[in-house]
This record gives sequence, structure tokens and C-alpha cells, in this order.
Amino acid sequence: MAAAEKQPVTGAGPFNGLLTWIDQRFPLVSLWRDHLAEYYAPKNFNFWYYFGSLALLVLVIQIVTGIILTMHYKPDAAQAFASVEYIMRDVPGGWLIRYLHSTGASAFFIVVYLHMFRGLMYGSYRKPRELIWIFGMLIYLSLMAEAFFGYLLPWGQMSYWGAQVIVNLFDAIPLIGPDLSLWIRGDYVVSDATLNRFFAFHVIAVPLVLLALVGAHIMALHEVGSNNPDGVEIKKVKDTKTGHPVDGIPFHPYYTVKDTLGAVVFLIVFVIIMFFMPEFGGYFLEYNNFIPADPLKTPAHIAPVWYFTPYYSILRATTENFMWVLAAGLIGYTILLVTAVKSNGARVAIVATGVVLLIGFFTIEPKVWGVMLMGAATLIFLGLPWLDQSPVKSIRYKGWLVKGALAVFVVAFVILGYLGTLTVTEGRTLMAQIFTLVYFAFFLLMPWYSKMDKTKPEPDRVTWRGAH
Amino acid sequence: MADKELDQGKRRFLVAATSVAGGIATAATAVPFVASMLPSERAKAAGAPVEANFTKLEPGEMMIVEWRGKPVWIVRRTQEMLESVKMNDDKVADPKSQRKKELTPEYARNEYRSVKPEYLIVVGICTHLGCSPVDKFKAQAEPFESDWKGGFYCPCHGSLFDLAGRVYKNKPAPDNLEVPPHRYLTDTRIVIGDDSKGA
Repeated sequence: MAAAEKQPVTGAGPFNGLLTWIDQRFPLVSLWRDHLAEYYAPKNFNFWYYFGSLALLVLVIQIVTGIILTMHYKPDAAQAFASVEYIMRDVPGGWLIRYLHSTGASAFFIVVYLHMFRGLMYGSYRKPRELIWIFGMLIYLSLMAEAFFGYLLPWGQMSYWGAQVIVNLFDAIPLIGPDLSLWIRGDYVVSDATLNRFFAFHVIAVPLVLLALVGAHIMALHEVGSNNPDGVEIKKVKDTKTGHPVDGIPFHPYYTVKDTLGAVVFLIVFVIIMFFMPEFGGYFLEYNNFIPADPLKTPAHIAPVWYFTPYYSILRATTENFMWVLAAGLIGYTILLVTAVKSNGARVAIVATGVVLLIGFFTIEPKVWGVMLMGAATLIFLGLPWLDQSPVKSIRYKGWLVKGALAVFVVAFVILGYLGTLTVTEGRTLMAQIFTLVYFAFFLLMPWYSKMDKTKPEPDRVTWRGAH
Repeated sequence: MADKELDQGKRRFLVAATSVAGGIATAATAVPFVASMLPSERAKAAGAPVEANFTKLEPGEMMIVEWRGKPVWIVRRTQEMLESVKMNDDKVADPKSQRKKELTPEYARNEYRSVKPEYLIVVGICTHLGCSPVDKFKAQAEPFESDWKGGFYCPCHGSLFDLAGRVYKNKPAPDNLEVPPHRYLTDTRIVIGDDSKGA
């Protein structure tokens, strides 16, 4: 459309002229309409729908506090630790900015985990929202990278040894591993070179990727429209006159107001933690990280920050003996898949993959498989849109089988996370192994149990306080 | 001109040829960017050999020397400690240091994994994920091993090593601790990182 054909902006009083001038040169009005004033969201959003906008809020907090921190921080192995202490003691309000940033990191993961759980409950990953889910999972992975790079920067003992362990994970990859970890570190050990590049990744490379992915996540969401606690499409029933969904309400002002309330409540809780327990009992900031990095001495107990511990548990659970259990599981799953598929070509491919993996289990050292399992545990979420075969989306209309599976999965995730903060003993390793199996069974068996599940019929329209 | 029919085949060929040429150029351009993250000349030069003098080390004691940013342990083993190494042969995964030969230079490929039985010289970095194990020299029941004969315990993932740096069976660490290349200058002075005879 040529600029001159656009309608002039009305309703902005003295700004009508200016906004019209801008709108003829930039899609101001259509952006406003498409994403806020006329983005119709289901009217039945509940508590769980706060966490998307809260994640955006935390992202802004992290960027703003991060910018201030870079003004005082020195990415140099000889000065990094002292510069963080300088921020804490000498920079005006520096302690506040730093604690906002460190508490913000944990808050980010809390909000994102709850946001993901919402998606699991209401089937928000199901068709046509597969790409929203995939972009979301990529955001989650980038966030883990961002947190990992950032954790080295204070150059404390946990920073140093945590980075040492994680970079050494890449060492386990056959053939290219040792060269790859050397390339990541830029030195033979975690050193000044590593710190300097992790700073670059943390402050510019990963944030750029993160922002692009957040943009893609929201664009995909606004293309297909939001899901809701009933898991039924509001676009199916439209007002004949306006063409808008009957069960939809404009995002602005309805949900901007609701989300503002959520932000206020969140910020109250957030600042209470930030002011009164910024270390959160050693979970948000580990005590060992108040000791400067010493390459010659590992602290007696090292554990990653809480948001990584479920995966860390899976890594530690993969011992030589556990490979036999994995092998048994693999054989069972291969048989299950072979009986489930119809084409012979697929059968051959499945058996071949199974055999290759089985040989690998006993020829490549368990350490490699620990790393692979840990990677698989984070990536397996990407498969959810296709693993879930239930006829309904929302947990409200699902049966006890799926509800039970989700509950067991959440318990397994929390227990794995707790075990990951502790040192290893034989009993704990056994527990971690059992819950690792539960974790993977939740995803891998989903095509079967989600189909067997006894579901209730979905309503035609969303339910809202018991009525339309 | 506009009436002339487009030669689709020619167009496809040109698009493909341009894409391939552009792709190769892009890949070639990426090389210096990727290479810039490899260890710098300064980092490579920092790996120079270091000298260690352990004249004052008493039997049963350990000292740590830094070499290439890593801790190198020098342990002066007592007679009992050497006995415990012998008793551990069936508990460790690779008693004769036969796996991964690069971890044990030829002159240390023996029962005690050292040139002189009295002195153990190993890199104190776990072969699992690179933590530095802690010394637990006292032979006594430990939470991680009831029949503990003394050695090293890795706090990160629970790997155990005996007093010759040999890894216990069924632990996350796959290999014995690395014995760095080293040679004796006198009875109690060594150079770590260099084992060439001529120098």
C-alpha cells in the first residue's frame, strides 16, 4: 500500500499529526493493532499465563543491570574477582545492581520452568504451535549457555571448576573432542583467555541470539494465536459482524493490565529475596564462589547452580554398570518401535540404529554416554509436539494416565535436581539412575500412553467461570 | 525482450553456480574467525618446563608444583604406601598402565608408575572431567570405600585413585592419572615437561 493511501491517525489528540506522519513511513498503527490492541487472546487465561510476560520482564532486568555491571567489571583473570568485590563495596549502589543481576539469573529459570510447565499442562506445543515450542526450547538452551558463560565471570572457585568440568564434557566427544575443548578454552586449561571470551559470549553473542529468538517466539505466537487452559481454538467461533473470535479479548488493555498486576506481585517477591537472601542458602550464589579461583585446588564439594542440577544428576548417573540397564532399555524400546511401525524400511532403520547404539554402549566409555544422555535430556523436549498423540490438548480433558505421567515426571525432575546439589554416594547414584529412566520414559513412552489414556470430550468453546 | 521465453535451465544453473561459489567463499572467510579462538602464541609459549626441588619433602608428604596451569603432585611414598599400591592391583582398572600409553611415559610404566618407587609424580587432574582430587593418604574405612588403603578421592564425581595414581574400577574416570614427562637433575630435583636426554 502506498503511504499516501493510509488513513490518518485519529484519537491521539494533539499527536494525530505526528503519528500520521510516522505511520506513513513506518507500520506503526498496524504493529500496534496486530500485536496489542487487536491481538485477540483467549479470555480464560489463568495464573499460569503470567510467566511469559514475567520472563520478558526478567530479560529486561538482566540486560539493564548487565550493562551497568560491564561498566565496572574487568574480564581479566588477575582482576576479575577483585572487580566484582569492587562493585560490591565501592561502586555506588553496585551491590544492588550485582544482586539484582545474580538473583535475576535464578528468577529467569524459575519463571521459564513454570512457563514450560504451563505448556506441558495445556498442550501449548501441539499443532499448530510446534514452532512456538521449538523457538521456546531454543530460548531455554540459549539461556543455559548464557548462565554458564556468566557464571565464570566472578572468577571464584565454583566459577573456575564449574567451567573446567563443563568444558571437559566436550572432551568426551569421539574424535574431535579434545581439539574442540581446546578451541573453546583457547588454552590448555581454563585461563585468562577463557574468561575473556566467555565475557564476549555472555555480554554480546548469546544475548543477540536470545533477543532474536524471543522475537521469533512472539511472532510465531501472534501468527497462530495463544492457546488457553481449555486447549480449544478460539478462532473456530468468530463473531459474524466483526470477524473477531467470540472468546477472545484484545491483549491491550485487558492482558496488559493483568500482566502489570503479575509484574508487581513478582517484583515484590523478587526484591524481598534480593534484599534479604541474595545467596538463597547457597543455591543462587554458592558459598565457594566467594573464594578466588585456584587452579591447583578443587573445592571439597562442587555442584552446579540449581537450574543445571537435574541434568548434572543424569550425567553422574551414567556409570559402567548403568550401561547394562540402558542396553536393556534400548533393546526393549527397539522391539516396541518395530512392532509399532508399519513399513519394513522403517523397521530396518530402527533396528540398525538400535544395533549401532548398542555396540557404542560397550565400545565407547560410559563418560561419553553420560554427556550424550545429558544432551538428550535437554533436547528431547523438542520432540514433544510429535510424541504427544492424545486427542485433546489440555490436561483438563486428559485421563489419569497422562496426569499421573506428568506428575511423576515433575517429581523425577525435582528429585534429580536435588540429588545434583549433593555429593555422590551409592544410594544416591541408584536413585539418580532410577529417576533418569523415569525422565526418559515420560517422553519416549508418550506416543503409547497418551493414546491409551481415557480422555474426556473437549468443549466447543472455552469455559470461563463455568459459563461462556 | 519481455516476450522472449525465459531459459529456466540456464537460470537454475547460474543460481546454483553462484550459490556454490559464494558458499565456498563464505566458508573460507570463516577460517580466520574460527582460528582466532585457538590458543594464542603466548598461550603456547607458556607451556615451558618447570623445575621442582623436593629436598625438604618428608616421607608421607606431598607437594604441588604448577606446570602449564595444572597442579603436579610430588608424593614421597613410605614403605607402607608402596605396599598398599601392590595390594590394590585387583581393585584398579588398569594396574599395568597399558591403556592410553600417552598418559604414562615408558620409564614410568611399572607397578609404582614412577622412575624411583619412592617418588610419585603425577598431574593432579582427574581424567574424568578435570577436577583436582584430594589426598586421603590414611588407610581407613571411608564413606566412599570401606576397604580404603590410601590414595586420592575426586570430590566432583567420586572417582578414586590409589597411591600410584591408578583409577579404581567402575568409577566415572576412565584412565589413570597422567604422569607428566619429567627427568631427574639430581636425586631430589626434577624438571617437569621435558624428558629429553640430550638437553
